Amino acid sequence: MKLRLRVWRQKNADAPGAMVTYEVDGISRDMSFLEMLDTLNEELILRGEEPVAFDHDCREGICGACSLVINGDAHGPERTTTCQLHMRSFEDGDTIDVEPWRASAFPVVKDLVVDRSAFDRIIQAGGYISVPTGSAPEAHATPVPKADADAAFEHAECIGCGACVAACPNGSAMLFTSAKINHLNVLPQGGPERETRVLDMVAAMDEEGFGGCTLTGECATACPKGIPLPSITTMNREWLRATRKVKR
Amino acid sequence: MTRTLWGSTVGKKTVMAVTGLIMLGYLVVHMLGNLKIFFGSDEFNGYAHWLRTLGEPFLHYEWALWIVRVVLLAAVVLHGVSAYQLSRRDIRARPSKYVHKRRRASYATRTMRWGGIILGLFIVWHLLDLTTLTVNENAQPGRPYENVVATFSTPYGNAVYLTAMLALGLHIRHGFWSAAQTLGAGSVRRDRALKTAANGLALVLTVGFISVPVAVMTGVVS
Repeated sequence: MKLRLRVWRQKNADAPGAMVTYEVDGISRDMSFLEMLDTLNEELILRGEEPVAFDHDCREGICGACSLVINGDAHGPERTTTCQLHMRSFEDGDTIDVEPWRASAFPVVKDLVVDRSAFDRIIQAGGYISVPTGSAPEAHATPVPKADADAAFEHAECIGCGACVAACPNGSAMLFTSAKINHLNVLPQGGPERETRVLDMVAAMDEEGFGGCTLTGECATACPKGIPLPSITTMNREWLRATRKVKR
Repeated sequence: MTRTLWGSTVGKKTVMAVTGLIMLGYLVVHMLGNLKIFFGSDEFNGYAHWLRTLGEPFLHYEWALWIVRVVLLAAVVLHGVSAYQLSRRDIRARPSKYVHKRRRASYATRTMRWGGIILGLFIVWHLLDLTTLTVNENAQPGRPYENVVATFSTPYGNAVYLTAMLALGLHIRHGFWSAAQTLGAGSVRRDRALKTAANGLALVLTVGFISVPVAVMTGVVS
């Protein structure tokens, strides 16, 4: 396959960026999108140019490191992560636009790499549970109904890649935050911090400068792990419940 | 940390949802009252007068109307201020657009902000036209039937009203369903019912309101 790429190049956080056009040839349909970018980078290095910086780690679709808005879609045209997106999803001769996540809470570090540490700070605000120290507890000491375990697992699938923020026209982190809150709030282990968790994590989300939710549903469409839009509704319900229960 | 109702984005959206539902409830009653115009001048004007005597003798003349007006004014102001503040925040959160553009979300969703501004301006005109009668040239106090006919006998009156009612329908279509999500009332199982209710309310209100100018234009009401 021969492709024409238009890639966002930006030297550092303060420098202005621009789309730069590159031609790549000899791309196999079985390559992943990141392997295609590796091919481009090898050529750039051989030519003595600066390679394109992009985030990646496991390349198995489970770590949440890779990003990229490809032709206007977070993680590209398939419902998966960029590392699991294959070039067979494109046609020979295509022009492909590659841009970084766009949100003021996710500033560009270099080229296609953005700083997603805002997500870490949301987790720090309440994405944990209280556990007694000592030896591991007996596995059946706390029974969890099957439906609750399924709901928790559905939300636990979130890998924190930030595609929801990238896809949202308001740069909102509601889907990520709701997934993390619901994952723990539905379980008995998450019970002790049920109210403070939702209040603190939503407050941390607001403080990071993410936008609000206008229920466009773009986040759930972009999510490679299929976190559903009603996840946000559940978080709203938890938040309203917590404001009634917690004395400030 | 902002954990209060007014300080949080989730809380402010709750304010928008509640005030929106208050206004929606009012609009249903308002639309049904409007339909009395099809029973003629006496019944419509009599209904308008009855609204002023509502609650008597417990309430003084026009007090019930003024209570409704105060509640509605508070709802409109809170809804508008929340929308303005949240929109400012949303625009700040996504300062740079993607180079590769593609159409996002439904038409009703994308027009919520402009639709809201159109409705806000319409409310001002509507009050000046049919409540204070300031901009209604042939208006006579105490004769709402004749005043409605006068408004809808002018092309600009019809144009303004029809535009606003279409904006209203779109606003309710996304707004009602969104309010349910914001208040935590939505779920996967209830989603279809909520969307149907939102579309139904939008359609019934738009058609109900628009039936009045159409009736004047076609001569059914004159």
